[in-house]
Amino acid sequence: MNMNVATAVDEAPPLLSIQNLSKGFAGVRALDDVSFSIRKGEIHALLGENGAGKSTFIKVLTGVYSRDAGQILFEGEAFHANNSGHAQSLGVSTVYQEVNLIPTMTVTENLTLLNQPRRFGLISPRKAEQRAREMLERVGLNIDPSEQLDHFSIAVQQLIAIARALGTKAKLLILDEPTASLDADEVSRLFELMTELKAQGISIIFVTHFLDQVYRISDRITVLRNGQYVDTYNTAELPQSELIRAMVGKSLDELSKDTGAESRAVQDTLFAIDQYGKQRCLEPVDLTVARGEIVGLAGMLGSGRTELCNLIFGVDSVDSGEMTLAGQSQSIRSPKQAIDAGMAYCPEDRKVDGIVAELSVRENMILALQAKRGWLRPIPMAEQKAMVEEMIDRLSIKTPNMNKPIGELSGGNQQKVILARWLLTHPQLLLLDEPTRGIDVGAHHDIIEIMNELCEQGMSLLVASSELEELVVFAHRVAIMKDRRKVKELTGSEISQQSIVAAIAQ
Amino acid sequence: MISERTLPLLSAIAVLLILYGYGSFAYNGFFGLRLAGYLLTDNAFIIVTAVGMAFVILSGGIDLSVGSMIAFICALMAFLVVKLNLHPLWAILISVLVGTCFGTIMGTIIAVFKIQPFIVTLAGMFMFRGLGYVINTQQVKIDHPFMTTLSDFGVYIGQGELNFVAMVMLVLLAVGVIVSKYTRFGHNVYAIGGDSNSAALLGVNITGTTIRVYALSGFYASVAGILFAVATGSAYPEVGIAVELDAISAVVLGGTLLTGGVGYVFGAFIGGMTFGVIQQLINFDGSLNAASTRIVIGVLLLAFILMQKVILIWARKVTAKPV
Repeated sequence: MNMNVATAVDEAPPLLSIQNLSKGFAGVRALDDVSFSIRKGEIHALLGENGAGKSTFIKVLTGVYSRDAGQILFEGEAFHANNSGHAQSLGVSTVYQEVNLIPTMTVTENLTLLNQPRRFGLISPRKAEQRAREMLERVGLNIDPSEQLDHFSIAVQQLIAIARALGTKAKLLILDEPTASLDADEVSRLFELMTELKAQGISIIFVTHFLDQVYRISDRITVLRNGQYVDTYNTAELPQSELIRAMVGKSLDELSKDTGAESRAVQDTLFAIDQYGKQRCLEPVDLTVARGEIVGLAGMLGSGRTELCNLIFGVDSVDSGEMTLAGQSQSIRSPKQAIDAGMAYCPEDRKVDGIVAELSVRENMILALQAKRGWLRPIPMAEQKAMVEEMIDRLSIKTPNMNKPIGELSGGNQQKVILARWLLTHPQLLLLDEPTRGIDVGAHHDIIEIMNELCEQGMSLLVASSELEELVVFAHRVAIMKDRRKVKELTGSEISQQSIVAAIAQ
Repeated sequence: MISERTLPLLSAIAVLLILYGYGSFAYNGFFGLRLAGYLLTDNAFIIVTAVGMAFVILSGGIDLSVGSMIAFICALMAFLVVKLNLHPLWAILISVLVGTCFGTIMGTIIAVFKIQPFIVTLAGMFMFRGLGYVINTQQVKIDHPFMTTLSDFGVYIGQGELNFVAMVMLVLLAVGVIVSKYTRFGHNVYAIGGDSNSAALLGVNITGTTIRVYALSGFYASVAGILFAVATGSAYPEVGIAVELDAISAVVLGGTLLTGGVGYVFGAFIGGMTFGVIQQLINFDGSLNAASTRIVIGVLLLAFILMQKVILIWARKVTAKPV
């Protein structure tokens, strides 16, 4: 229906038209047959969770990656950028979340790099500065361009980056998470600029995970999920709950709880945090986990799920609040302290934070236990082998033998090895951040089984996940995070996809 | 004028002036054009090497091969002039071409295969030294009237002589300063030294710029070799040992950050002259031996690097604007 509305209004040919775009990495389809279009002079939000394909899309569009299949039409003509510089010369400029300018050069040098005005073959500093001033004027900045770039705040640097992007006759501006490190005033300033650029006929692709900002500024919204195109909507006609569903839900039918995961009376609290928080990172949160309970952390990307896990495990240090674990007050300042206190944490990005790809399955598995014992007391090889053997069996890890480098295993099996690593330390509280991301359906199921088993045995789990249908299945209680705050807690039969979405959309 | 960017260079100039001022005050005959002319000539080939090195360091790299390059070019000059009886002008042309080519090859390996410049130029250092020995193992006199003409050529300004070697050095210094400040290539060098990832996303051709940086360093080092041959009229394979380290020190003493992206090519001149002045102070004193030069330079280097760190911290605190 939305598509009909869209095509009806769409009289003029679009500025950019994406047709059946696909891109894969090592067998994984990061972009799968994506088609949509951007109109002239519109602000078009591109939304999706982590791994939805947003950044792959931008990189394919600007030529950083080559496409596997599909067509891009820009002003009606085939568009093929070789690199971001080339894309820029064709009229498509990108400003990334981290400001990609040279901090040690002046504003003028940054703005005119590769395009310096010259006289008799040599750069004319006077003309360069004049041009820089003109470019800054366009974004409403009144600063001294002869100053070094890193003397300015991130927000100003961001505007300078936009000035540079616009400088070269840009027709399409891609803003990738531009507001992530800006405060409210700076965001307003950016939005004013975006509105102004739109009035000048420049189209903007706005990638963000702040949904309220999407509603404030965008004309239309395109949602991607798991590399696939979901739909394009007119912002004004789309309720926020529908949008969230489009971003996270695989099916819209109500999936109610069907397991016996009734709420356990919180009679035996294992873990509690009271007003736990950190400035500019997470507003103070209260949360408890009982023995043998699985508590889910729901929320969109950037809602504070991962931040909370990091704070609890001491990856980041809190600046307020108290923690008790097994009746004892804890002051956790580092992961080492957290491990000693009886916690374990499987972080979100397995490849970056979890596995050591070159080491064997066995070595990866005993890593945490060995660290806990201290490196001066090596675990005897026979003991290691027995433990690893048992874990491979218990978690049905598919590997030819325990000496295979973990990097050669599938994602699901890697995840199980990491789970085993922490189980060997016999934690009282296990923190899992997105335990099922990027693994196949079978392994998905296995991991949920393992989680249920662990909590039967009396272990407590805190699981952050963006997959609502999964949370609904395994969680006894769900804490809902939004804008770096805990906004609601659902228990037992209250837990459903619908109720979680409603709480997030509020 | 005084800012985080210019302060290291300004303090380098201040150090040089203080040392020179002290010498003029303490010793007769220190102050004056005679010594100035001598300093320019005596340190010419370090400064020329350091100018090339400044580009490499500004781009975030390092070139350890320049000392051996000087020895190799000297040997090559001797071979071309003495053995092949070529006119020195041709020998100079061929030597510069060969040196630049070797620089280009190293730059290509560094840029295309993304190998650390330290290793690639270390390999170059061994190879050029070895190649120098292959050409001749002993000292060779380069006897040619043209070479003598060059080394004798000079203009007197008062008591000071500005000779051929010093002139070439000043011209190459000026070229280096202009290239770094007023060409796109120069700005690209600063950009990749400042942040190579961002530079790539801004559209800077990293590969091409890197190759050209090492080609340029090869060019400057080979000219330094030729200046050495002209000044001494001879070639022997032990020339230029550890000159790469002297050149790096001169660049750092001139206020350039070893991590790249920050500094001025002109600083290479200041650094090189500082070297020379320290040496003269020790000569004039007479009671100190040559080892003292090294000690003073070592202390100065350390002091300079510490000072840069302090300036950086200070600048972050003072100049950060809350715009």
